[in-house]
Amino acid sequence: MSDKILTNREPLRSGLDLEAMHRPRARNGRAPDPHVPGGWFPMREHREDEAVDFAIVGTGAGGGVLAARLAEMGFSVVAFDAGPYFRPLEDFASDETAQSQLFWTDRRVTDGENPLKLGSNNSGKAVGGSTVHYAMVALRQRPESFRSRTKQGFGADWPVDWREMWHYYAEAEEALKISGPISYPWGPSRPRYPYRQHDLNAAALTLAKGAEKLGIKWTETPLATLSAPRGKSPPCVYRGFCRVGCSTNAKQSMLVTFIPRAIKAGAEVRDLAMVGRIETDKQGLATGLHYHRDGAWRFQRARNVVVAGYAIETPRLLLNSASDRHRHGLANSSGLVGKYLMTQSNVAVWGEMDEEVRWNKGPPSLAITEHWNYDDSKDFFGGYIHMSQGPLPVEWASVHTGARGLWGKALQDEMAKYNHMVGLKMVGEMMPQERNTVTLADEEDQYGLKVARVTYSWCDNDKAMIEHSLDFMGRQLEASGARNVWRQPDDTNHLAGTARMGDNRRTSVVDTNCRSWDVPNLFVCDGSVFPTTGGVNPSLTIQALALRTADRIQALARRGEL
Amino acid sequence: MTDGLPRYPDYDVLRKRNTVSWNDPTRTAIDRRLAVDRDPHTLTEGEFATLQAICDRVVPQEQGPDLVPIAAYVDQELTLDLSLGYRYAGLPPAKEAWHRAIAALDAESVKAFDAPFVAVDAARRDTLLTRMQKGELKDPAWGDMAPDLFFKQHVLVDIVAAYYAHPTAWSRIGYGGPASPRGYVRMGFGMRDPWEAAEAHPGEEAKAARKNRNV
Repeated sequence: MSDKILTNREPLRSGLDLEAMHRPRARNGRAPDPHVPGGWFPMREHREDEAVDFAIVGTGAGGGVLAARLAEMGFSVVAFDAGPYFRPLEDFASDETAQSQLFWTDRRVTDGENPLKLGSNNSGKAVGGSTVHYAMVALRQRPESFRSRTKQGFGADWPVDWREMWHYYAEAEEALKISGPISYPWGPSRPRYPYRQHDLNAAALTLAKGAEKLGIKWTETPLATLSAPRGKSPPCVYRGFCRVGCSTNAKQSMLVTFIPRAIKAGAEVRDLAMVGRIETDKQGLATGLHYHRDGAWRFQRARNVVVAGYAIETPRLLLNSASDRHRHGLANSSGLVGKYLMTQSNVAVWGEMDEEVRWNKGPPSLAITEHWNYDDSKDFFGGYIHMSQGPLPVEWASVHTGARGLWGKALQDEMAKYNHMVGLKMVGEMMPQERNTVTLADEEDQYGLKVARVTYSWCDNDKAMIEHSLDFMGRQLEASGARNVWRQPDDTNHLAGTARMGDNRRTSVVDTNCRSWDVPNLFVCDGSVFPTTGGVNPSLTIQALALRTADRIQALARRGEL
Repeated sequence: MTDGLPRYPDYDVLRKRNTVSWNDPTRTAIDRRLAVDRDPHTLTEGEFATLQAICDRVVPQEQGPDLVPIAAYVDQELTLDLSLGYRYAGLPPAKEAWHRAIAALDAESVKAFDAPFVAVDAARRDTLLTRMQKGELKDPAWGDMAPDLFFKQHVLVDIVAAYYAHPTAWSRIGYGGPASPRGYVRMGFGMRDPWEAAEAHPGEEAKAARKNRNV
């Protein structure tokens, strides 16, 4: 191991003690090569007092992609991440609890009628962002989702044509070598996935069996984990620890794909660098950003700033960047920064099979149906997918305690059935509501920055969708042969909104180029620009949008409009 | 398993420690977990005893060498005062929440049974915990913290997560445990890789135990 443990005080979450958590690695002209133990890439470095073309805040699905593309276009780029720069081959334990260093566990307060759970399931703190611990589900939104207001009667339209998005989806799928079926059963035709689909585990076979009994289509889930070798990445060996980090680099996270591309193209990555404030001048233009690294606040000058911190940290940074000229926060003349926060419903049904299932083997969601994204005979707006599941023991116990309040012998008896369990879990489109918000709490984090207060309440449409999915998934699971089927009615996961894009500066925060209406050299590049969240996991849409934003920025630059 | 719960006789996930299912970071992580300091660092001796009494009811365990020292893990987590990534607005930070809850639970126990929580029997402990879960406890010592929210977010989360992070718990449920760099090969129904726990089907306990000694 190249990285020593610093202390012996954390017997559960020992990853928190890794040296990478406490000392920056990307510096002195080099950055870790995640594919080679002890290996380094040469890395170009930039002076703080000379303005770089782009300072990017966040290196996840949005910022990671954008950093690579802008650097490849010849712009000078520094990308900041509050989290560490991991070497998965050397740093990652094969353990659900030790790996919590991947999650954003800084202080955040949640409230509302349905307070959100944050951290492990939707917030990453690492170079590569939450793609380091995501479940790799790589889906396209259906065309109508980009015109929800016009075509479907709810939410807001995206200022983007679906065909343009589908072009960039294909580009993102190719860049990540998504493994998926040859022909996808729903929506307009699309090219073959670059790599062939993965084998099905018993949990996925259960989804398939139930779907066929009910007469709906299913397919192998398109996943960003390899089904064949790619360069120095091996194919997936079905460890099943995807959501606590891939220790073999089969997962095509930003850390092993776009970040190396960015560095090779001349971008600088600064790890353990928490950006606390964007500075603006008298004209209202961004001049750079204040960031905390090595125990001190520093300042990087920049000609343009891109915020890519996802739906909580992005509005938090904009709100924390208030100034005399921008009293209610940066880029907030619409008053919508931090509003229209969306999560996705993630409720589930669970049951028991007589045969051994051993659902922890393989990626968590190997089979999927998008039936209810494409069937419009529903009594609610929006849609959902549902997928097979394979939670590890700590997470599985949390389902029993969270959804059913079990403890004592009742809990242990349920846990004893672990190897026989199956489940179906949805990812569903919750409505954009102005009342669901990220605001600043009267409380500070370890950097002295105001923490985010996240307020969330479900609306009637959300509840109708949840009820529909629980009913349908329950019937499907029973049709597959599962016994004692029960519901987990409260879970949510992915985030979106809080800096929505649109055609009108009064009703949106950024324009179709993801550029702030108010501050022309400020961009947002993450899920916070979503006007609606769609009924699929958001990562591929964030990546596709980042590819598009890079092209848009290049076009603006060529026209002299940057 | 129709007649009862699955059993994995003689399965010990730690037998895999020196195989290709465990990489160095995993060995480091689990070695440290097993070597947890059993003395409290954040809670007082008295608070720690109460926490242990709560743990005994939330996850009952048989005495023996494999006993999971749950309270020690919870105490260590509190020492770092980390969050899980969020905190409900109605709850103070974890350390303060536990201090307050333990004091309140003792006050409730004295009020109901004339003895602190550690001194009442299992049935009475369960009564108090059930009332906490249902939000029926009202002693002023709770302050503005809702007992049912504390139960859901801390009693059930902190204690249960610590237990199921332990190899003893994994062995008991037949979970394969760490799997890196070797993952799995056989994924279909009823398929077991030779390095996974073997379930004892009726009349075949000895056969399963033999397999489990050779994971």
